[in-house]
Amino acid sequence: MTSLVLRAGRFSARAERRTVVVSSALVVVALALGLLGLCYGAAWATPGEALAALAGQGDSVVVIREWRLPRVTAALVFGAALGVAGAVFQNLTRNALGSPDIIGLDAGAYTGALLVTVLLSGGAATLAAGSIAGGLLAAAAIYLLSWKAGVSGLRLIVIGIAMNAILTALNNWIVLRAELEVAIAMTSWSAGSLNGVDWADITPGLTVLAVLFLLMAALSQAMHQSVLGDEFAASTGVNLNVLRPLVVLVGVGCTATVTAVAGPIVFVALAAPQIGRRLAGAAGVPFVPAALSGAVLLLAADLAAQMLLAPTSLPVGVMTTAVGGTYFIWLLFKETKKS
Amino acid sequence: MRTDLLRRSTILAGSLLLLVALAGASVCVGAQAVAPAEVLKAFTDYTGSAEHIIVRDIRGPRTILAVCVGAALGTAGALVQTLTRNPLAEPGILGVTGGAGFAITVGAALGLAGSQITQLLLAFAGSVIAALVVHSVGRSSPLRLVLAGTALSSLLAGISLGLRLLMPTVFDEFRFWYIGSLAGREQSPFLIPLVLLLLALVGAMAVTRPLNALALGEQVASTLGAHILRTRLAVLVLITVLAATATAVAGPIAFVGLIVPHLARRPAGGSIPWLMAYTMVLSPVLLLVSDILSRVLLPTGEVPVAVVTAFLGGPVLIWAVRRYGTVTL
Repeated sequence: MTSLVLRAGRFSARAERRTVVVSSALVVVALALGLLGLCYGAAWATPGEALAALAGQGDSVVVIREWRLPRVTAALVFGAALGVAGAVFQNLTRNALGSPDIIGLDAGAYTGALLVTVLLSGGAATLAAGSIAGGLLAAAAIYLLSWKAGVSGLRLIVIGIAMNAILTALNNWIVLRAELEVAIAMTSWSAGSLNGVDWADITPGLTVLAVLFLLMAALSQAMHQSVLGDEFAASTGVNLNVLRPLVVLVGVGCTATVTAVAGPIVFVALAAPQIGRRLAGAAGVPFVPAALSGAVLLLAADLAAQMLLAPTSLPVGVMTTAVGGTYFIWLLFKETKKS
Repeated sequence: MRTDLLRRSTILAGSLLLLVALAGASVCVGAQAVAPAEVLKAFTDYTGSAEHIIVRDIRGPRTILAVCVGAALGTAGALVQTLTRNPLAEPGILGVTGGAGFAITVGAALGLAGSQITQLLLAFAGSVIAALVVHSVGRSSPLRLVLAGTALSSLLAGISLGLRLLMPTVFDEFRFWYIGSLAGREQSPFLIPLVLLLLALVGAMAVTRPLNALALGEQVASTLGAHILRTRLAVLVLITVLAATATAVAGPIAFVGLIVPHLARRPAGGSIPWLMAYTMVLSPVLLLVSDILSRVLLPTGEVPVAVVTAFLGGPVLIWAVRRYGTVTL
């Protein structure tokens, strides 16, 4: 395989040629879909108009910049975050089925957000903090419960499924107990939806995610070394006891932040890393293709959710469940046939 | 041997007493509490007062439903676990109830689910197809089977949610059903499903003998004169009828069939007839407790009973995974 090496002073980055090509192609697809998202709506804007509006010219500046752009941005960034979160857990469990939404981290983040809303009735920052705390607690509980002379990937996943059932039941109960206004807001949120998001909703989430992405970029080289085996990682100077908790923090943080803003959008974290991995033809689950595939997937799903039954807009979570769930079953079927 | 029989019978009698006591409690507890003496009067000395109407027309039928649905779900769970030798198997976890629920939802969207008979037929078809899909996807290991069942359930639930959002008026009457709840289900006639369930429960007792032989392995079973293929087929039909009918009546309720057979296995001590008998008595106990909890957990209104069973059942699944892991029974 041919690889490219970029150097700038002390820093250098190395990438397979195929990964670079695939990633560039995914960026182009994401931008094209983003432009489509800006054009599509109650009134169709031509691509020229949309671009002009972005630059601040024309009649539809408010519609494009204040209504459609935040939604497209949210779909791209949140999709990327879900892709990264999925890649983190698939790398850690070494299993294609290990995804934060399957093992109940979304449900845990939702529990945290619900408790914060009901008990503290705080703003966006407390909501984000609550959902990250909830996700981390759920992750810790699942990890401890599946520990039995080591952690096996499949056991962890099934215990996560059980945890998901418990937490989902708890969430239902909290929503039913809540005041009516809170309950209504929470129910529409629980399907996982980007309907009606604006800049004020997503800015705190985008900030948190930017920090997490930077942290992940710093960790990614060590993470790839650890995928090759614990001994190999240790002998090449990776401290696994520091790396693993940090990586889990990034994974849970990404999931929880998206959940706090848009509700649990399932199956993107499961499918995106695998699609990215197959496209890039790489060993392990590489992060950049996973993030880009996640961005493309979520934006495509959101556009489909808007277009399929226009003018009614389905929650994007319904769309990702239908597509991702089918993919998940197919993945299982293939593994069963192989074994 | 004799003391063994005595011990087992005593436990069964104790469970039956518990069931009767809880059925009584289920009639008394609710938004308006009714005194036990008044409950008796409602049957012996009916005056038509509000309390008597609550007992005879609402809580009484609801309690009967809870007993039958509970017994059906638990027995289906015990049958699946015995047949597949998979300690994690359960109609809810394996997506069988999810398939039945999905078929009814699609039927309603197409305008087919009007009568009770068509609802039952749809539920049968849905659960058979779901069971086949899950089996072919996940047959290689118990844990994989759980994954396949969960994935199929959530996929079908997602599509159902989409359908409900599209046609809100069609699904208004299914609002509580789709989460799995007994609230208000006593208002529609339930004689046919009840008869079906009772027949299937009798059938489940009848297949315990050949199942007992089958548990020793196929060769031993055929030496003992059991018809292996016929037994398997009969068990599959029974599971479908039990799980699908229960779902058609009360909506998808998971975990009852997982929890109770695990509780019943220890006192049954390896005997499948006793396992089935305990399961049939203790499953209604669990569903009655969950249903009573579902009425008192909220200051106003009710929690769907499936939420309560999921909350109780999740820990049992975790325990079962830790205890049995990848082994088969």
